[in-house]
Amino acid sequence: MPMAANLYTHQSGNVAKTWLLMSLFFVLIMAIGLFASWYVNDSSILYIAVFVSIIMNIASYWWSDKIVLSLTGAKPASKETHYELYTLVENLAITAGLPMPKVYVIEDAAPNAFATGRNKEHAVVAFTTGLLCTLNRTELEGVAAHELAHIGNRDILLQTVVVVLVGFVTLLSDMLLRISATGGGDRDRGNQVQLILMIAGFILALLAPLVATLMQLAISRKREFLADATGAMLTRYPEGLASALEKISQSSVQMKRANHATAHLFISDPFGEKKGRERINFLHKIFLTHPPVQERVAALRGTR
Amino acid sequence: MIGLIILGIIVVFALWVIAMYNRFVRLRTRSEEAWSDIDVQLKRRYDLIPNLIETVKGYAAHEQQTLAQVTEARTKAMGAQTVAEHAEAENMLTGALKSLFAVSESYPDLKANTNFLELQRELTDTENKIQAARRFYNTNVRDLNIAAETFPSNIVARWFKFMKKEFFELAEGEQAAREPVAVTF
Repeated sequence: MPMAANLYTHQSGNVAKTWLLMSLFFVLIMAIGLFASWYVNDSSILYIAVFVSIIMNIASYWWSDKIVLSLTGAKPASKETHYELYTLVENLAITAGLPMPKVYVIEDAAPNAFATGRNKEHAVVAFTTGLLCTLNRTELEGVAAHELAHIGNRDILLQTVVVVLVGFVTLLSDMLLRISATGGGDRDRGNQVQLILMIAGFILALLAPLVATLMQLAISRKREFLADATGAMLTRYPEGLASALEKISQSSVQMKRANHATAHLFISDPFGEKKGRERINFLHKIFLTHPPVQERVAALRGTR
Repeated sequence: MIGLIILGIIVVFALWVIAMYNRFVRLRTRSEEAWSDIDVQLKRRYDLIPNLIETVKGYAAHEQQTLAQVTEARTKAMGAQTVAEHAEAENMLTGALKSLFAVSESYPDLKANTNFLELQRELTDTENKIQAARRFYNTNVRDLNIAAETFPSNIVARWFKFMKKEFFELAEGEQAAREPVAVTF
């Protein structure tokens, strides 16, 4: 069975990539720390850097799902409050032979969904209220199956770890930019400012391509197509997911809490389709990695 | 030198047999696990039915025949041994339940009973779960059967008597599984 072999190699590939990512991050923070401590001639910065990177790695493994859930403002859903959704996920989990994931709902008119968690025993699937309103049962089943496929294929750990690491890197570069911008007026400490600017420039130059690579690691087009295919195998009804994807892409509502760090988790781009918008900012361009919906629909319908 | 080569071949062959043996054990265990998933859902259904019958009796006592049919089908399903027997009995039970719900259509008081509605919802959900568990079971059985039949793993299967397992087939097939016992109000 080439299909199964494919999935298993994909799974171990994901685990390896997570390790690679975490060590890369560790090395990066160390390098920054080393550079800074050499520049300022104070070795305590290096210790802080080591400490920070260890904490970040541990945090991204253990708490990244909780961080993601709070970033997106998701609330837990129970069998009592969301009977249809809950039982639907339950049934698909039985079909896939996965433990029942926790179900969350996000108050948001934009239709979207994502899966997160460090392994299949600690998995979470979240749906927006917009999605629940827009889709019918078979379409919702298709989306849920796609998310469960991400859990089964072990995409979730890698994708979730990326959220924390990328979030931290963007935060850092943001901070440095702000420091260099506000520090410009200070003439007495001109030397100091220049130094900080230089560090900032160096770090930013280092980070930008790295962040882009990380994102590509996490959201290869293959991953989405594979999850689509596995999901379709679960429901035995590819048309459900295909028409769900169409409906989701037709909605132009942007998610209220769209965030660059979490964007790649979602089934469709939370920033909405970029039709006719003249200004696409640089950062978003890096993160623009969702495969085109038309291609996914075509693959599901077998018309490609 | 030739002795070494023969020894090498024997070692490689032995390793292959061990790997295959373990694979069959894994496949068989998975199928058995999947069957117990189905069993859990079937038991849940058997547990719900007496409550349902009691509730319906209160409103539609003279539908004796339909009620008796459900009870009979349940008893038969609970006594089923092989996978094929189970499948047949479950089909009968599903059919009997369907006619019970159809009959209940003509009793407005019954249809308004919250207990009845709750039971109906539970039963529909259980039926969905039986279908889900059935598909997981069949997927596992398929993997086992393919391994037990294809060359060369079938040799190992024959040596250690790893048997093919039966699929759990329900009459209505995949399409009916998507829209189970749709009782509209």
